[in-house]
Amino acid sequence: MNEAVRFHFVVDGEDFTSAGQASVQVKKNLRRLGIPPEIIRKISIAMYEGEINMVIHADGGEADVLVYEDRIVMILTDRGPGIADVEKAMQEGFSTAPDNVRTLGFGAGMGLPNMKRYTDDMKIESVVGEGTTITMTVLLA
Amino acid sequence: MNSYEHSVSLDLSRCTGCTTCLKHCPTEAIRIVDGHAKINPGRCIDCGICIKICPNKAKKATYSRLENVLKKPYKIALPAPALYGQFEDLGDVDYVLQGLKDIGFDDVYEVSKAAELVSAYTRNYLKTVGIPKPVINSACPVVLRLISLRYPTLKEHIMQLLPPMEIAARLARERAMAEHPELSREDICVCFISPCPAKVSYVRNGFGDYKSEVDEVLSISDVYFSLINVMRRGREPANLSQSGKIGISWATTGGEASALFNDKYLAADGIENVNRVLEQLDNGNIAGLEFVELNACPGGCVGGAMVVANPFVAKARLQTLRRYLPVSQTTLGDDERDYIPEGYCFNELPTYMPIQRLSTNFGESLRMMAVIQKLCEALPGIDCGACGAPNCRAFAEDVVCGRVPEDGCVILKNQQLETLLKNKEEVSEP
Repeated sequence: MNEAVRFHFVVDGEDFTSAGQASVQVKKNLRRLGIPPEIIRKISIAMYEGEINMVIHADGGEADVLVYEDRIVMILTDRGPGIADVEKAMQEGFSTAPDNVRTLGFGAGMGLPNMKRYTDDMKIESVVGEGTTITMTVLLA
Repeated sequence: MNSYEHSVSLDLSRCTGCTTCLKHCPTEAIRIVDGHAKINPGRCIDCGICIKICPNKAKKATYSRLENVLKKPYKIALPAPALYGQFEDLGDVDYVLQGLKDIGFDDVYEVSKAAELVSAYTRNYLKTVGIPKPVINSACPVVLRLISLRYPTLKEHIMQLLPPMEIAARLARERAMAEHPELSREDICVCFISPCPAKVSYVRNGFGDYKSEVDEVLSISDVYFSLINVMRRGREPANLSQSGKIGISWATTGGEASALFNDKYLAADGIENVNRVLEQLDNGNIAGLEFVELNACPGGCVGGAMVVANPFVAKARLQTLRRYLPVSQTTLGDDERDYIPEGYCFNELPTYMPIQRLSTNFGESLRMMAVIQKLCEALPGIDCGACGAPNCRAFAEDVVCGRVPEDGCVILKNQQLETLLKNKEEVSEP
């Protein structure tokens, strides 16, 4: 089977309290597919970080998770402000998160680095003023 | 592990096949089949919610009967501290302990006493180098089973110290053997007086490769009604109780954690909240915690399915009861501060059981998931439960797994019928 099973999520930027829901849903579905727990963990962390980023910086967005026989691809798309300096954004500890979310423990500057750490491949396409698309791939050995 | 024995039974004559338990089961373990609720034993975690929620009292906890236990040659009662919260204006734990002796128990060993020992050893345990933090408590069997079914990556966080019930059972048996050398092991019957059916299952099935030291599990509600007949005021009970504030606090949420004298803890109760905490822990999103206390029942053990009193009332009573008690009546010596006796630990954690997996073959799972998604789109999505599954998604899963026929959705069938009739009308119109 070459066609992927696709899970689509709309990440609501209005409601900060619901941030992280897509990650939970992805996890549930991956369990149904019998994906090994360590891979589910990697994916749900990467998804969670990406989801939080979209809520904090881009007023929400959309997430697609595509499950192929040999890999899982996560595509997160938003119409936010874009990332001016991707290299800088990838540095651990760098964050542009506002203070109000820092009090909740977010904005530690670990989002993007964690997404990279927990996936086998990560691609960031971003245009300032237009938005960002992040594509992450986790290989199923 | 397929032969896991549960402790929830169904009274067929009372079950009307309504969808109440179906809707409330946290693991979607229930389906209505042929007009009655049926539990999938692989998914059931013995939380007891279906027992508490059933409007017809058709769901029952299974436990040993008091009268049968009392026939044994030497029986020891192990009251859970939640038992003390069942009585109004108790004043002293000794009334309950004396009462247990009066109804026929040869000895009483308070689980709250053992709990103080476990608290002391937990303080040592947290100092162990190299253990994954936060440590998750091991006392609630529902939480243990939930972790083994759903959160395999958190398994290593479970505290490998035995719960107070087990320690109490071991110490009670040792005491009986020492005081009565004439007794054989079979003569001694260690009876836990339990607030919940999950403990019944724990005792029957063990945990990982650990076999329980408890012989029989009784229900608090059963024992309560026998006790109120013998507990009389005006008669001074013997000095029996050996537990302090810490031991008794184990009956309510936060009791176990607060006994660690370490404020880096979290205590959550109620299965929904427990699930939320576990999800968040699984994602690595709770930082800086040393200990996580999780109890499946709202309010902690006082909220179990086999108690009599309202859990909040019981909690209030326990507050009054422990007010003038010493903090703890069991303390470790100075030489025991870094030490946990080997017999107080269990080594083997249960293996992960991927109950949610559609198929053992990944390619097949993917194919099934695609069909489920397609079917879900066609279904009404109102999760009415009339098909016998808790929601449309679960129904779609049941269909694709071949457990139920595809035409089980009444709403879909009705729509098809309406279309059929409409077509017929159109044809018959001149």
